[in-house]
Amino acid sequence: MAAAQQPEAAVRTTNGPSDTDTASKRWKYAHTLLSRPGAYTDEDFEPGAIPIGNIAQSHVLVIGAGGLGCEILKNLALSGFKKIDVIDMDTIDVSNLNRQFLFREKDVGRPKAEVAAEFVMKRVPGCMITPFVGKIQDKDEEYYMQFQIVICGLDSIEARRWINATLVGMVDMDNPDSLKPLVDGGTEGFKGQSRVVFPTMTSCIECQLDMHAPRAAVPLCTLATIPRQPQHCIEWAHIIKWEEERKDTALDTDDPEHITWLYQKALSRAKDFNISGVTYSMTQGVVKNIIPAIASTNAVIAASCCNEAFKIATSSAPFLGNPGQNNYMLYTGDSGIYTYTFEHQKKDDCPVCGNLPKDMTLNAEQTLGELVESFAERPESQLKKPNLRTEEKTLYYSTPMGLEEATRPNLEKKLSEMLADGEEFAVSDPAFDITFRYVARFS
Amino acid sequence: MATEDIPPPLHDIPTAKEKKYDRQLRLWGASGQIALEETHVLLINNGPGVTGVETLKNLVLPGIGQFTILDPTLVSEADLGVNFFLDDASLGKFRAAETVKLLMELNPTVQGHAISEPLETFIAQEKPFARYNLILAAAPIEPAILATIQRRAQELQIPTFTIHSTGFFSAFSALLPPAFPIVDTHPDSTATTDLRLLLPWPELVQFANEMTAGLEEGKMTAQEKAHIPWVCLILRYLEKWKETHAGKVPETYKEKTEFRSLVRSGDPHEENFDEACAAVLKSLNPPTPSSSVREILSAPETSSLDATSPAFWFIAHAIHLFYTQHKQLPLPGAVPDMKAQSADYIKLQNIYKTKARQDCAEVLESVRKLEKSTGRSPKMAVDEKDVENFCKGAAHIHLVRGRPLQIAGLEEGQPAKFGDRATTMAMELTTPDSLIGLHIAFLAWDEYIATHRSSAKSAGGELPKVPGSGPGDFEADTEKMTGIAHKIVDSLIKEAGTFIEDPEYSEVKENVGKFCMELVRAGGGELHNIASLTGGLVAQEVIKVITRQYIPVDNTCLFDGVASRSQVLRV
Repeated sequence: MAAAQQPEAAVRTTNGPSDTDTASKRWKYAHTLLSRPGAYTDEDFEPGAIPIGNIAQSHVLVIGAGGLGCEILKNLALSGFKKIDVIDMDTIDVSNLNRQFLFREKDVGRPKAEVAAEFVMKRVPGCMITPFVGKIQDKDEEYYMQFQIVICGLDSIEARRWINATLVGMVDMDNPDSLKPLVDGGTEGFKGQSRVVFPTMTSCIECQLDMHAPRAAVPLCTLATIPRQPQHCIEWAHIIKWEEERKDTALDTDDPEHITWLYQKALSRAKDFNISGVTYSMTQGVVKNIIPAIASTNAVIAASCCNEAFKIATSSAPFLGNPGQNNYMLYTGDSGIYTYTFEHQKKDDCPVCGNLPKDMTLNAEQTLGELVESFAERPESQLKKPNLRTEEKTLYYSTPMGLEEATRPNLEKKLSEMLADGEEFAVSDPAFDITFRYVARFS
Repeated sequence: MATEDIPPPLHDIPTAKEKKYDRQLRLWGASGQIALEETHVLLINNGPGVTGVETLKNLVLPGIGQFTILDPTLVSEADLGVNFFLDDASLGKFRAAETVKLLMELNPTVQGHAISEPLETFIAQEKPFARYNLILAAAPIEPAILATIQRRAQELQIPTFTIHSTGFFSAFSALLPPAFPIVDTHPDSTATTDLRLLLPWPELVQFANEMTAGLEEGKMTAQEKAHIPWVCLILRYLEKWKETHAGKVPETYKEKTEFRSLVRSGDPHEENFDEACAAVLKSLNPPTPSSSVREILSAPETSSLDATSPAFWFIAHAIHLFYTQHKQLPLPGAVPDMKAQSADYIKLQNIYKTKARQDCAEVLESVRKLEKSTGRSPKMAVDEKDVENFCKGAAHIHLVRGRPLQIAGLEEGQPAKFGDRATTMAMELTTPDSLIGLHIAFLAWDEYIATHRSSAKSAGGELPKVPGSGPGDFEADTEKMTGIAHKIVDSLIKEAGTFIEDPEYSEVKENVGKFCMELVRAGGGELHNIASLTGGLVAQEVIKVITRQYIPVDNTCLFDGVASRSQVLRV
C-alpha cells in the first residue's frame, strides 16, 4: 500500500530525534484522551495503543491549500496525523494573506500546495506532507485508493462533484478499504458548513447539490437594453462590451488593466443611465465572483472537518456521517452563533449514488433549446454544457463541435416532437463523470 | 485605448492594503477595519493556552492593532504537540514571548507584546487594563482572581471573554457593558425591504398612477405594460381593491390570496406581474417595529438623556419622537431590483431616496434640538452620518444588555447561582438536546479547580489542579466532578422553585455526568481541533464587538465536539 511508496519519510519519522518518550510527552494531551474510555464511545472502543496508532498510520488527502486547506493541514499535523498529501493547482495571491496564514508576502506567486506543505512540516517535525501542484482530475483511482480519509477545503462546486463521483465510483463492496470517508467544508463570509459522506452508504455531495442553488443570472436583454443596477452595467462590460471591443484578448480577471477597462466601461454606461454605485471593488467582485472570506470562519469550518476526521480515525467519539446519524453541520455566525446539525437523506434518484431516474415535469410546447438552457440553473443539476440523449437517439450535444453542429437544428424543435410522455432521457456534462437520468412528464 | 475620454479614476484603484484585506473589507468595510486597527487585545493565558493563541491568530491576520499575551509559564514538550505558534527552539523559554514572536510573523503591521508576570501580581497593579480595549481570559483561573478581572474590566467597561476548552468541548462567555447597542447589524437583504405599499406618500402614488395610466383600458403597448415596475402594479390594484372593499386593504391571508388573483388577472405571463404576485404576501404587512427595536425606543437611556449620553441614545430618542408622530420608523429608502425600463426604475429609486432623506432630516433636526435642550457641548455634536445610518437600519438596530459573568467556586461549598435566569435555565434542563448540562459541567470543573491545588511549582507558584490531570485520577475525579455538578443541578432546581421528577431527573443527572466524564477524560488537555474551532468562534465575536457590526453572542456559547453542535445560553 501507500506506505511502501514513502519509505524514507517513514524511516525519518520513526528514527528521528523524537524517540518514544519525548513523543509521548509531546502528544500528552491527545494521548491522555485517547487512552481513556469516553462517555459516548462504542462499547468495543479500546482506548490506548489502537487509536493512537491509527492516527499515526492513517494516510489523509487534503484537497485545497487555500483558506480552509491551510487550517486543515495545521489541524491534522497537530492532531497527530503523520502522512498527508495535499493537492492544489493555485499560486499565492496577495489577497490570500488575510487568512491563509502559512503564506507570507515573499511567497506571492509560488504554488500554494508546496509552500503550505513546507511550512507545516517545518513547524511540526515528524509530519510528512506530500504536495501535488495540479488538478484533482490529473489523478486516477489508484492514486485515490491509497488514502483512508479525504478532506476537501474547496471553493469550487465542480471539483467537489468530481471527487464525490470518483469516490462513490471506487466503492467495491468486496473491499472495505475502497470506501473512503469524504469530509467537506465550505465557507462564505460568516457562514459555512461541514459534512461527512460515506460514499454509497450516506447522502453524497450530489444528493445535497440543491442545498447550494446557483444564483439566478440577469437576463441578457436587461444587460443590453435596460440596466437598472450598477452590477448590470458591470456585467454588460464583462459579457457584451469586452466581446465587442477586445475579442482577441483573453480576459484575465487577475490583470488590473483588464479590470480597470471593465470598470471604466461600466462606469460610463452607469453614467448614461443615471445609475450610481459602480466602484472598482464592485467590478472586481462581480467579474471574479468574489466570495467574502475571513480567517475566523475558515478556522471554525476547517477545525470541524478535522475533528470529524480525528474521530473517524480513532473511534474516540461518535462522528458525523455514521449511517442513520447526523452528517451535516450548518454554521451561521453573523447573528449570534447558530449551528444546525442534521441528517441529510440519501436520494434514490441521485445521479451519482442512486439508481432511479428523476421525474421532470415539462411543457410539451417548450423548445429543446429552452430545456437545454435550464440545466445550468436547475439546483439539482447545475450543468453548463449539457448533452442530452434518449435510449434511441441523440437530442443535443454541446460538445464536441461536430456533434453540436449536427444536433443544433433540434434546439428549435418542440419537446413533443423529440420526446414521448414517460420516456427516459439522460443528461451529462463533460465536466463531470455523472449521468442524470430523467423521465419526461408532460404537464 | 478606447477609454481616452474618461479620466482614469485613480482614487478607486485599490491600495496595497485594500488588496490584502479585500475579502474581509467586503464584510465589515473601511470603518470596521479602522476599529480593528485601533484595538489592543489582552490575552490572559492559562492551561495549555491553545484556544487563546488560535483566537489571536484570527485577529492578527485581519490586522488588529496590537495584542499582548500575559502568560508566566515556560514552554513544555506537551505545548509543542498542540500549539502551532511554538517550535522546537521554544522549549523551556517563556511561552508568552515565544507565541507572540510566531504570531507576529503572520502580519507585519500588527504589534505584539509579551508579559511573563504571574496573573496574581499583574492584576494587583493599579489599573492593569488601562491600555487594553478587550480582554480574553483562558481557564483555569481561580475564582477570586476572575472576580477581580471582572471588576477591573467593568470599571473601564472593557468587553471581556472567558474561555474554556477541554477535550472535545468548549465554552466561552462574553462580559459586555450593560448597554451595548449595534446599528449596523447587516440583516439579510430579503428581511430589510420596506416599501410602504400600504401607506404610500403623494409622490409615490402619483408615480404609480402615471406608470399605470391606460393599463386597464388597454391603451398601453405590450412593451409598456411589460415594464411597469411591480411596485406600481400593486399600488394600482390596491386602489381597485379598495373600491370594492369599503376602502380597506387586504388584511387576512385569504384576502391577500384573493388580491393576488386580482393582480394576476391583469396578465397571465408577464414577468413584472409574476414579480408583483410573488411580492403580495410579503409586502402587504404594516411595518411594525420588532420587539427589540421597541425595547430600545422605550429604554431608560432613551428617555433620560443628558448632555453626555452616547450619540446612539440621542438618535434613539429622536427616532422615538418620529415614531410617535408618524406611527412608523424612518423609511430606509432602498428599492430591490425589478423589471422596468431603466429611467422609470431610477425615478422610482429617487422617489424612495428622497423620502428617506426627508425622514432622516426630520430626525436630525430633533437630534439638534435635543442637543440644545440637554446642553450638549457642540464638540460632542452627533455626527450626521450616524443619524443617516441609524435611520437606514432603524428596523434592525439591536441592543445587548451585558450581564456579569457567572463565576463558580467563589465561596467554598456554595454551588454557582443562576439568579434571575434560574427559571429559564431550569427549563433548559429538561429541554431535549440542550447543552445546559455542558455549561453545568464546566461550572463544576471551575469549582473543582477552586478547591484543588497542584503540587507542581511553576514560575508563578502553585497552580490549580485540573480534574483528571494525574495518571490515576480519571475515575476518582470523574466521580468528584459529577458530584459537584449534581449539586449544581439540585441547587438550580431549588433556585428556580421547581422540581423535576423521575425518570427525567435521573436523565438530567446522567446527561450531566457524561459531560463531566468527558471533561475529566481530557485531563485539562486541549485537542487542537477544538481549540482552533473555538478560537474561530471567539475571534469572530471579538470582531463583532470591536467593529460594532453584526450581532454578538449573548452571552455564553457552548460547543459539543462529539455531536458537532453549539448552543448559546443567556446565563
